Amino acid sequence: MKLITAILKPFKLDDVREALSEAGITGITVTEVKGFGRQKGHTELYRGAEYVVDFLPKIKLEVAVSDELLETALDAIASTANTGKIGDGKIFVTNLEQAIRIRTGETGSSAL
Amino acid sequence: MKPVRQPSKALERENAMRKLSQSLMTFVLTALPFGLVYAEDAVPVPDKGDTAWLIVATILVTLMVLPGLALFYGGMVRSKNMLSILMQVFVIFSVMALLWALYGYSVAFTEGNAFFGGLSKAFLIGVKPESVAATFSKGVVVPEYLYVAFQLTFAGITPALIVGAFAERVKFSAILAFIVFWFTFAYLPMAHMVWYWAGPDAYTSPEAGAAAGATAGFLFQKGALDFAGGTVVHINAGIAGLVGSIMVGRRIGFGKESMAPHSVVMTMIGASLLWVGWFGFNAGSNLEANGTTGLVFLNTMLATAAATLAWVGAEWLSRGKPSMLGGASGAVAGLVAITPACGWAGPMGSIVLGLVAGAVCFWSVTTLKKALGYDDSLDVFGVHGVGGIIGALGTAIVASPALGGTGVYDYVANAVAEYDLKTQFISQSWGVGVALVWSGLVSVIGFKLVDLIIGLRVSEEVEREGLDITEHGETAYHH
Repeated sequence: MKLITAILKPFKLDDVREALSEAGITGITVTEVKGFGRQKGHTELYRGAEYVVDFLPKIKLEVAVSDELLETALDAIASTANTGKIGDGKIFVTNLEQAIRIRTGETGSSAL
Repeated sequence: MKPVRQPSKALERENAMRKLSQSLMTFVLTALPFGLVYAEDAVPVPDKGDTAWLIVATILVTLMVLPGLALFYGGMVRSKNMLSILMQVFVIFSVMALLWALYGYSVAFTEGNAFFGGLSKAFLIGVKPESVAATFSKGVVVPEYLYVAFQLTFAGITPALIVGAFAERVKFSAILAFIVFWFTFAYLPMAHMVWYWAGPDAYTSPEAGAAAGATAGFLFQKGALDFAGGTVVHINAGIAGLVGSIMVGRRIGFGKESMAPHSVVMTMIGASLLWVGWFGFNAGSNLEANGTTGLVFLNTMLATAAATLAWVGAEWLSRGKPSMLGGASGAVAGLVAITPACGWAGPMGSIVLGLVAGAVCFWSVTTLKKALGYDDSLDVFGVHGVGGIIGALGTAIVASPALGGTGVYDYVANAVAEYDLKTQFISQSWGVGVALVWSGLVSVIGFKLVDLIIGLRVSEEVEREGLDITEHGETAYHH
């Protein structure tokens, strides 16, 4: 099992969610986050006072998948979240040791 | 509230009709066989339309403060200080309401010397439902209780304006103590100096007019025009704010840390409520509901729109982007600038005044403030002080009949007096100068006293933590 953590542009979330559903992914977790990368921040101007905003809003998407589904899921995310412009985000993949469905007590891939 | 003014032709006709119907009524009543003679000539009865308008106007000015000004200011501070601003405005208004009834109204609006009124109406002694206050037309009056309430809202908003200058760093107790002092020694004398007069009915002959004029406030006698409070409210509060921001000192991290407004949305809502409420402030200041009220209403609308466009345009040209905060600030700058002029300017003059105010106030909060280095957090001086000065001096120009203004009405001659722009400009400068010096001095003394007794500033720890949780035990937002 793998845990995919993707950082996305907020407005791409709906497209990515739809693509993942079509790929057979049944659940994702989404968090609103802030951060910076190559895109850097921007400046805001209030009555002449200039403030540099270092952190930009992004969406952090987490999805646990079985090893077989990994490539499909990664393709789905990467292709839909791509705008070709700076700040599209990143995808990280980590090994996932265990998963448990709380209601039934199922473990492993069947809990996903 | 303004000393003298010029009724339009329509108004003169309206007054003539009113007089005609009054004399007809008198004739009918005295002609009745029962000998039913009322002394209606001696005690004029308030018109119901005027009365209703004054009620609405008073409510509108209350709306300007609560929640208008509170939200306008609140949106501009950081979220950790939101409630402190809301509370300061809310509680100051309440304190002023009581002080106004206890002694404020009497000191501002009864006869005394040229600077302070007397205490004959302290605790509102002698004011009854049937008591009346003079307006700007002979023989037209309004209920005194409503006049007290209307003027109360002006006394309520003015000190509340000041707190924006030293927002995010002053103790709540220190603010309240200062405000009581400042209200007593700066607001009340300014209101008396500018607005107190015997009323139009006293001006029956040149001698009577001269006698009545001698009892009026200092700046009224100087001929300074201030229709709805450019000097009394805005320059007065603006200079007090400037003094405060300098004496209190800059916020920790000023110029280094981000102090961006936490909600420009709130500021936009607040500015919009100020715009709406200002119709009560300006048009209500005519006290009557007539043609001049209509002129004031339209002038207020046009100057505000013009100043919004000027500020946003200046910003767009010089910084590349037109901002919402700029739009809201421009609107307030226009409202401030038209306040003293609104009863004498023509609509086109109001547009020009608004354009100038929007552009100059933009310059004052961006360039002037940066050059001088003081931390007037919410630009009380930059908008209210500077906008008030532009409005007060500009009144001399836009009031000129040659430039589309109404000129100034002479109650002895019952006609528009000859207008001399230079003389009027000198009168206006008296108003500006006295407001700056008087309020400035009272503020220096007031802040010094409060600093010695209570201490103005919160500790560094409190300032970093935010005033909401430390001073008020609450937080505005639960994320």
